[in-house]
Amino acid sequence: MLREIGAASLDELLAPIPPELRLGRPLELPGPLSEPELLEAMGELAARNRVVAGKDSFLGAGAYRHHVPAVVDHLLQRGEFFTAYTPYQPEISQGTLQAIFEFQTLVCQLTGMDVANASMYEGGTAFVEGILLAVRQHRGKRRRVVVAGEVHPWYRDVLETYAANLDLVIVDVAADPETGRVDPEAVGAAVDAETAVVAWQSPNFVGVVERTDALAAAARGAGAFALQAIAEPWALGWLEAPGKLGVDIVVGELQALGPAVSFGGPYVGMLATRKGMVRAMPGRLAGMTEDVEGRRGFVLALATREQHIRRERATSNICTNSALMALAVTIHLALLGPSGITEGARVSRAHAHEALRRLAALPGVRRVHSGPFFNEFVLEFPRPAAEVASALAERGILGPVPLSRFRAGEERRGLFAFTELNGPAAIERLVAGLGDVL
Amino acid sequence: MPRQEECLYTKEHEWVFRDGDEIVVGITDFAQGELGDIVYVDMGETGRQVNAGDALGDIESVKAVAQVYAPVAGEVTAINEDLADSPEKVNQDPFGEGWLVRMKPANPADLDALMDHEAYRKFLEEEGH
Amino acid sequence: MPRLAVPEPPDDLEPELRRSEPPPLPELSETEVLRHFARLSHRNYSIDDGLLPLGSCTMKYNPRVNEQLARLPGFAAIHPLQPEETVQGALALMRDLERFLVEISGMDAFTLVPAAGAHGELTGMLMIRRALLHRGDDRRVVLIPDSAHGTNPASAAFCGFTPEPIASDERGQVDLAALEARVPRGDVAAIMLTNPNTLGIFESDIARICELLHAHGGFVYADGANMNALLGISRPGDHGVDVLHLNLHKTFSTPHGGGGPGSGPVGVRGELVDFLPVPRVVEGEDGLLHLSTDFPRSIGRVAAFYGNFGVMVRAAAYILEMGPEGLRRAGEDAILAANYVRKGLEDVLELSYETPTLHEVVFSGRRLEKETGCRTLDLAKRLIDHGFHPPTIYFPLIVPGALMIEPTETESREELDAFVAAIRAVVEEAHRDPETVKGAPWTAPVRRLDEVKANRQLVLRWEPSAD
Repeated sequence: MLREIGAASLDELLAPIPPELRLGRPLELPGPLSEPELLEAMGELAARNRVVAGKDSFLGAGAYRHHVPAVVDHLLQRGEFFTAYTPYQPEISQGTLQAIFEFQTLVCQLTGMDVANASMYEGGTAFVEGILLAVRQHRGKRRRVVVAGEVHPWYRDVLETYAANLDLVIVDVAADPETGRVDPEAVGAAVDAETAVVAWQSPNFVGVVERTDALAAAARGAGAFALQAIAEPWALGWLEAPGKLGVDIVVGELQALGPAVSFGGPYVGMLATRKGMVRAMPGRLAGMTEDVEGRRGFVLALATREQHIRRERATSNICTNSALMALAVTIHLALLGPSGITEGARVSRAHAHEALRRLAALPGVRRVHSGPFFNEFVLEFPRPAAEVASALAERGILGPVPLSRFRAGEERRGLFAFTELNGPAAIERLVAGLGDVL
Repeated sequence: MPRQEECLYTKEHEWVFRDGDEIVVGITDFAQGELGDIVYVDMGETGRQVNAGDALGDIESVKAVAQVYAPVAGEVTAINEDLADSPEKVNQDPFGEGWLVRMKPANPADLDALMDHEAYRKFLEEEGH
Repeated sequence: MPRLAVPEPPDDLEPELRRSEPPPLPELSETEVLRHFARLSHRNYSIDDGLLPLGSCTMKYNPRVNEQLARLPGFAAIHPLQPEETVQGALALMRDLERFLVEISGMDAFTLVPAAGAHGELTGMLMIRRALLHRGDDRRVVLIPDSAHGTNPASAAFCGFTPEPIASDERGQVDLAALEARVPRGDVAAIMLTNPNTLGIFESDIARICELLHAHGGFVYADGANMNALLGISRPGDHGVDVLHLNLHKTFSTPHGGGGPGSGPVGVRGELVDFLPVPRVVEGEDGLLHLSTDFPRSIGRVAAFYGNFGVMVRAAAYILEMGPEGLRRAGEDAILAANYVRKGLEDVLELSYETPTLHEVVFSGRRLEKETGCRTLDLAKRLIDHGFHPPTIYFPLIVPGALMIEPTETESREELDAFVAAIRAVVEEAHRDPETVKGAPWTAPVRRLDEVKANRQLVLRWEPSAD
């Protein structure tokens, strides 16, 4: 090949790099490892992590273990999907483009919204992008953001990071410490003519379901947009679709419907909204059209919103998103159907309620909030929750998530989550285990 | 519909037509041809005060977005609402149904700085078009 | 779905907040779902099908063993909020990967949190902004070469900066004279550079550019999209850059997934280390690894959790498989492959710049269009009929009708020969039979799609028909 090129050596091809900028030594790295050596080395690392069966994990707080049918990962492992690039050449990317179109459709069907994008990175950044969408839709004239109640503290942190240079005023309205719910009247009092958006999470970080209808009304009454975040999308098998309750923007994390918990990623963010806001949306959108012979086909639509065309005036800087994880969610929702998601929500909620009944009967244990919940709740213990979690982990049980991982002052509180996997026998083991370690 | 010979022009390929104490602004036939099939027009809101050279709004084709600039300072008094549903009018009839905004110039004498039709024709030639 | 074996809980929620009817999702059997998506998959071209020469995208082979590793229960089934003592293997992997990237890039420290390149850019520019404010300096101008990827100006703008383009010179490099005139004005916060740039050209003045920015209180941000050309050969940290993002889904072989997920770790040097996002993996006095947020100058969190861990597993595995020699070989072979393609095409396509190139090469379709009426787009679409994915087209913007080709080290000489022959055949066809080229593709699942219709009459989801 060098001869064809007309170069005497590889070094000649490296000539554009000035000699003083060359490394001039081998990289100090391990390897190379053969495949069996690699499997062994990585296997050792994996073995240093404690894995429990799904039924014995009661961890949530933004990442959930649900059963995902084998078909989902089987399809995800098709090279045609996972080794494809972003569908910039539509004629040979119809598989990916139609899958995105179907993802957009299913997210709309689940949330009751008009339009959804092709995905965001994950829940925290989706939360921020939803808020920025609202600000943009007001053409930047309203710069006040009201964050209502118990939004996931790390979503709230990401907002703080992004907003640092964007000239936004962020106002927090605290939840009622008794119920765990935010009072819509208090939110209404905090919303003014400068407010672009009211943002809340439901079910919220402490598991409590918010008064979505009243919060949306409080936002809209002052001309602000209503944004609901969702971290546990199975709740939408039980809760009314946000689109029917006056919500303008739905954002959140769809991990629970497809991707493995995988120590925090890759997950998949969702962003859905109303028709009138579509041009202010961030991220890719697949649209339906036809080819020159009238056959149905799909392309990336409204690309002029995006960074590769509008550059510094783009609606977002996002390029690579979480397409393959969105595909997992699409396949899973297609398998679940209306009855699957409804039944999964029903069973998960029932497991949580049954577990609370049993756990709250333990001496010194109480649920902190009185508000209605879906599949998560906070318990208070006589000793630090982090110690409880470590002691239970020794017994092969994972949970609760100590609130001390998120904030100070609630050291004895921990968050438990339940899914369809945590059946009566697992609840029994949890009750016994917790009784032992308290 | 203004005749092209009666219009004034900017170097950004906007045309300006005097209509009483207001002006009508659009983009030239050359500009619409460069953009290709226009799919969306967003000229913002009426009642805004703008300076000469400020962005009036955006015109989008499938793979490009072009800003339209205010030819002179003044108030935006109307935008062409029909373009929301029929952006192709800018391609089909840039000097007629494809007009973009009406403005009330802050100082009508500012219009004297714009090119007349002959000067714009020469400008296009010099630019190599 | 497990059958309900506990009592039905009470209806303690306001009825108007409960679903009135199930979501209108499709109702399908498992077989139907499997077949539907299998059929969709047949309508994609992927790196498994053949060479995928998208410039600045580094579409290299995705090792299958890495897919297997990422799915080990010890990686895939661990929850991000397990007690830290139960995830020491995961934290060790993150620490190791950070060390690997430090050695490969010459930077001082990395964050692994950003989920993609653009997310890394945002993180890096936020750090620069915070570091400047820490000095009491509110300067806002960020210089971005006219050859840059669109994410650069968009990311800078999201951090409150004002992007300002800086021209390329006749070599296809940043115009040093223009930079020397501009930077001393004192309002330049940073320059964002891709090196090698999107023309495949190494910015040979990079050390001087870094000195210039530093002398006037600015920073140098390097977009590592093209890091594949430098593996084991040259390190951006040694050039003097302050911030560098890498794309694990480009340089380090993790799959693109049809558009994501990726991972965009950000490396920094010197004073910027204090501003890295949280959490960071640290070793505690107890001998255990921890996720620490105890960095008072940090810009904060840029994602809810700790980044795309599953992608990190694949990238760490790739580095271990390759070893130091293998990584250097990858860089060299990528350069060799691109120069081989350049040589094979330079007599039939117009080179954008005569300057030698590294891992990618950009041609202009201008001459071909003048001679045949066939545009770059037509050439790209006709290449599909010849069995190949087209290169990146119409980017970088400074090259008229650009065709940007990055073959990567993955491809054999036979595959490269076939690709070169396919382009040559299309160019020949453009002269002989331009209408066939303009009508392409003819053999893909669909022919050219009506993008104007897609954008004028938006259909962004399926809806039940009215009848």
